[in-house]
Amino acid sequence: MSAIIRRELASYFNGIIGYLVLAVYWFFSGMFFYVYCLYYNSASLSYVFMQMITIIIFLVPVMTMKSFSEEKRQKTDQALITAPVTLTEIVLGKFLAAFILYVICNAIFILYALFICFFTAPDWILLFTTMLGGLLMGAALIAIDLFISALTESQAVAAIFSIAAGMLIYMIDQLASLINIDLIKNILYRLSFIRNFYAFSNGIITLSGVVFFLSVTALFLFFCVRVFEKRRWS
Amino acid sequence: MVEIKHLSKRFGSVTALNDVSFTANPGEVLGLLGPNGAGKSTTMNIITGYLSSSSGNVTVEGVDVLSSPRQAKAKIGYLPEVPPLYPEMTVRKYLEFIFDLKKVRLPKADHIREVMMIVKIADVSERIIRNLSKGYRQRVGLAGALLGNPPVLILDEPTVGLDPKQIIEIRKLIKSLGKKHTIIFSSHVLSEVSAVCDRVVMINRGQVVADAPIDRLSEAVSGGGMLSLEIEGSPNAISKAISAVEGVKRVNHTVGRNYTVDYDPEVDVRRGIFRAMAKADCPILRMAPGGLSLEESFLKLTEGGEN
Repeated sequence: MSAIIRRELASYFNGIIGYLVLAVYWFFSGMFFYVYCLYYNSASLSYVFMQMITIIIFLVPVMTMKSFSEEKRQKTDQALITAPVTLTEIVLGKFLAAFILYVICNAIFILYALFICFFTAPDWILLFTTMLGGLLMGAALIAIDLFISALTESQAVAAIFSIAAGMLIYMIDQLASLINIDLIKNILYRLSFIRNFYAFSNGIITLSGVVFFLSVTALFLFFCVRVFEKRRWS
Repeated sequence: MVEIKHLSKRFGSVTALNDVSFTANPGEVLGLLGPNGAGKSTTMNIITGYLSSSSGNVTVEGVDVLSSPRQAKAKIGYLPEVPPLYPEMTVRKYLEFIFDLKKVRLPKADHIREVMMIVKIADVSERIIRNLSKGYRQRVGLAGALLGNPPVLILDEPTVGLDPKQIIEIRKLIKSLGKKHTIIFSSHVLSEVSAVCDRVVMINRGQVVADAPIDRLSEAVSGGGMLSLEIEGSPNAISKAISAVEGVKRVNHTVGRNYTVDYDPEVDVRRGIFRAMAKADCPILRMAPGGLSLEESFLKLTEGGEN
């Protein structure tokens, strides 16, 4: 598995994608940091994090679009599948590589917190819970987009569907508010990434939030493994 | 050693393989021969665990591929039809990745250097795979298969798209590797199979139509032996005399002094023919094992499958 993680990370940073993702993430987070914290005199990074969700929706698909689609197109998946590793290891390797890149993106917030130290003491606990929530949410989104990448041989198709999935996830609250049937409305609210993330950004680690994001991650990674299993058996 | 027993594979309603059984013995180069779409790649993909079988089983060195895939895969080096190369990596980085992926427990740098020497790619070790020629890519793929010295090598059409010089080099390489490994090697180029393989399994439409050592393939196809002779003398007398020899089934006078003789492969008829001709005072100018060439056998078998 570590071989796969290392190869994936190398492919991010041997090409342009790794740097592109970092640059875009850091640029927008820097901009939001300037606007919400420095300009409006706030010590809370939670708003910045909330705003970054819209950016993550576009960046995570860029990170994951190649993961499986390109392997299939170039038939390099044959090397992985016929090597003495399990499908779970392959999928986890791909997932962890994307997640590490995502963690590096998020690490910039520690720098912002240090900046705030110049003016006032930042709320470290709030920063910790917000980052934890952000990482959990990112993990879930990475898993969903990896699954989409496993379904196609085209990077572009993977990216478009991943962005569409991200937008849908982002808009699920608005959609829910339009629905009159309480049962469906409640189910949609429960599935909302933003609602589940909200508590984290207020300094609360909720068990339901942690369980929600971890279950989504596990479920879609499991689906990924199933996609490969199915191809073997069909 | 690779044992394949009653292997079948269906893709939906299409039957790609139908009850395929054969064995590749240690130290043997087994040629898997068949027209395009006969099921060669499917067979190989099942042996290597890339695809599953619908029924039947495959054991590699005694390990079942389906029930213990990891142990079985560790014993196989596989070169698929399209070498699974990451174009953005350098040759060395790629081989290091495959080395780690296969969890090989040999001194890494030394082993990779050794394999690069065997397939003659040491001169391109720092080049990016995207920029390599087809021949080099094929060899990088082969190097990947050789990493970890697996006892079994599965090579799917390793010479397709190479120039004649490279083809000869790869054939030589496979032949030399065959001394230490069990090799299953697929091709639809007949001369290649006869140059490299010890034994041939012919597949057509998902079924094994012949399984024989390369020099006995024509016997397997025609169901008996055949001799080609050149004899001086009266054709009638010669035909009559040879027909009387024990084991001879049929005598054909082809053209001029040339005859072909079909015989029962259980009996060696050559001495009998010699004595009969000596008695009839008809000198034998040439006697050679005759019969079908590999091409003729191949055509006969694959035509039979289509009817």
